[in-house]
Amino acid sequence: MTVENFPLKDWLIFSFNNIENRSNGKVEDPIHHLRKEAINDFAQMGFPSTRQEEWKYTNIEPMLQYQFRFFESEHQIPIKTVEKFFFQKDIAGRLVFVNGKYSEALSHFQDLPAGVIIKNFEDALHDHPQMISKYFATVNRNGKDTFTALNIAFAKEGLFLHLPHDIIIEKPFHILHITDTPNEPYQAHPRHLVIVGKNSALKFIESHHALSGGTFFHNSFSEIILGANSQLDFYKIQDDDLQSFRIHQTHIYQEQHSVLNSFSVDLGGALVRNNLKVSLDGEGSETNLYGCYLAHGNQLIDNHTAIEHLKPYCHSNELYKGILAGQSHGVFSGTIYVARDAQKTNAFQSNKNLLLSQQAEVNSKPQLKIFADDVKCTHGATIGQLDQEAIFYLQQRGISAEQAQSLLRLAFVQEVIEKIPLDEVRSFVQGLIDQRLKTV
Amino acid sequence: MLEIRNLHARIEGNEILKGIDLVVKPGEIHAIMGPNGSGKSTLANILAGREEFEVTEGEILFFGKNLLEMAPEERAREGLFLAFQYPVEIPGVSMANFLKEAVNEIRKHHQLPSLDTRQFLQRMREKLKLVEMDEKFLSRSVNDGFSGGEKKRNEIFQMAMLEPRLAILDETDSGLDIDALKIVANGVNRLRTNENAFIVVTHYQRLLNYIIPDFVHVLYNGKIVESGDRELALHLEEHGYDWVKNESEISI
Repeated sequence: MTVENFPLKDWLIFSFNNIENRSNGKVEDPIHHLRKEAINDFAQMGFPSTRQEEWKYTNIEPMLQYQFRFFESEHQIPIKTVEKFFFQKDIAGRLVFVNGKYSEALSHFQDLPAGVIIKNFEDALHDHPQMISKYFATVNRNGKDTFTALNIAFAKEGLFLHLPHDIIIEKPFHILHITDTPNEPYQAHPRHLVIVGKNSALKFIESHHALSGGTFFHNSFSEIILGANSQLDFYKIQDDDLQSFRIHQTHIYQEQHSVLNSFSVDLGGALVRNNLKVSLDGEGSETNLYGCYLAHGNQLIDNHTAIEHLKPYCHSNELYKGILAGQSHGVFSGTIYVARDAQKTNAFQSNKNLLLSQQAEVNSKPQLKIFADDVKCTHGATIGQLDQEAIFYLQQRGISAEQAQSLLRLAFVQEVIEKIPLDEVRSFVQGLIDQRLKTV
Repeated sequence: MLEIRNLHARIEGNEILKGIDLVVKPGEIHAIMGPNGSGKSTLANILAGREEFEVTEGEILFFGKNLLEMAPEERAREGLFLAFQYPVEIPGVSMANFLKEAVNEIRKHHQLPSLDTRQFLQRMREKLKLVEMDEKFLSRSVNDGFSGGEKKRNEIFQMAMLEPRLAILDETDSGLDIDALKIVANGVNRLRTNENAFIVVTHYQRLLNYIIPDFVHVLYNGKIVESGDRELALHLEEHGYDWVKNESEISI
């Protein structure tokens, strides 16, 4: 077998060994043993197929033909070309990654309270090995998974954020991922580790944009730990190139009385798989998950969410809405697990989809696994078309049929967008969606 | 302004209208009454341009133009307004945005400049008073979660904002309590001018105590079987529709 026709699996193992050989035995990596374990796991598991329940509707076959490369050196781009993505003006700091590499030149920080650590994950590996050893890959350790293993094997760059207890940062941090790979297919495995101390509060925006078209394999893993009585507002806005393959895994661990507000917007990507898992492992913790996705052409956008109610008196509230045009495909799978001890759980889940064409398709699968007896859980899934009565009503008031349709599409996702509390983020998202809806 | 000549229409193969003739001039109020299933709402919806109905014969002229060839939005821009019997709930579209869009589309059609936000707000506030609606309605989604009475008042409010030349009220009185009915009627009376006209479609005489019609037409079995003045409505109130049914059967 020559390098040219390696299948992706072999190519990744080959790449890993290359990196190992180059380090020449001089390894100062606190997670090195985990990486080796992970690549072995990957070698055994390979890529998932649609025969596996979790991947039933999402066929990753199209990405397996590429030999994605790593960016070795920083890709220099002038700040002017990325300023249009700085939609949030008032920020506590900005970390910019270009093609998966941290760009110090484009990043910037305000003065932060003492004890707050925010830096590239690669630097944290070097500067804070003890903290890394303590927290890295501790959330949801059980259960091995292909993309988690790949991420651990290759994770180098990403966000490391440690907020000690009793610190409230009002302004959000902005983490930007920019791709600019017009010629060759590239890959990146960003790793984010965020630790929010007790009684602290944090907001961060993670946004993904493309400067030029190109095939990219993005396999990120975010690990977030929320201490007692802490709060996190987390915005993820993905508007990357339509040729990119994207796996985003986010695992959040919540202690008592912590609050998570998560907003997830997906517009880009040829194939997008989001795994969002929240473990409510402290009494009285609360999680709100809002999602909005818009697919057209041949896009596939898959949201798998899982909320584990492990302790009593926790609330979860979930609303995901999607618009599918062209021959696109949407997948939603929402698992709510309520452990036997998690009495007085309150869980609400809703997934609504709007199909704009005959060829668009959506699979929506709510899954409730409830082992406690004193709980309130509701779920609902809808799939529908635009309301013809509403179109006629708007036309009767002088609005053209086209404009009426566009108003109603926007109205459909409005229910999610209006939940975004940051004005600048909300209007940026609104603008992106407005524009996209005009082209579908 | 409106001339309906020998209008025949059907839906799913059933003939609903069997030859309607009606002429409406500026400044007039016409009431169209009739029992359920007589074709009143069908007529209102055909005028507004609802596609489910197929016109098989006849024509409708609106200011000399062929109304049946116009899309619903063109009819609206030319000044035809339908107050819906069942106003549609549109979650996610705010009243303010919706009306701004509608008002400016109609203004554009008449080569008038768009209203700016301040002018628009001022106009909305003024017209809200007409139907005794609170300003908070403007930030709500169109008809979303409105009570029956609020929906009907909202129709009149929209009418006031759009200033149509011909307004058709399709059973706007149904389901209204007496106070709401008075508010709706008062709105119509204050919007009435020598330039515009109203067609009030109703099952009951009640609304016509407050909106005094110039002409009353009785629709039965797809045809106008009686036309007269206000006295005809009072007669119907007293004798019911059986009288019309009998009379029309005798005349056949």
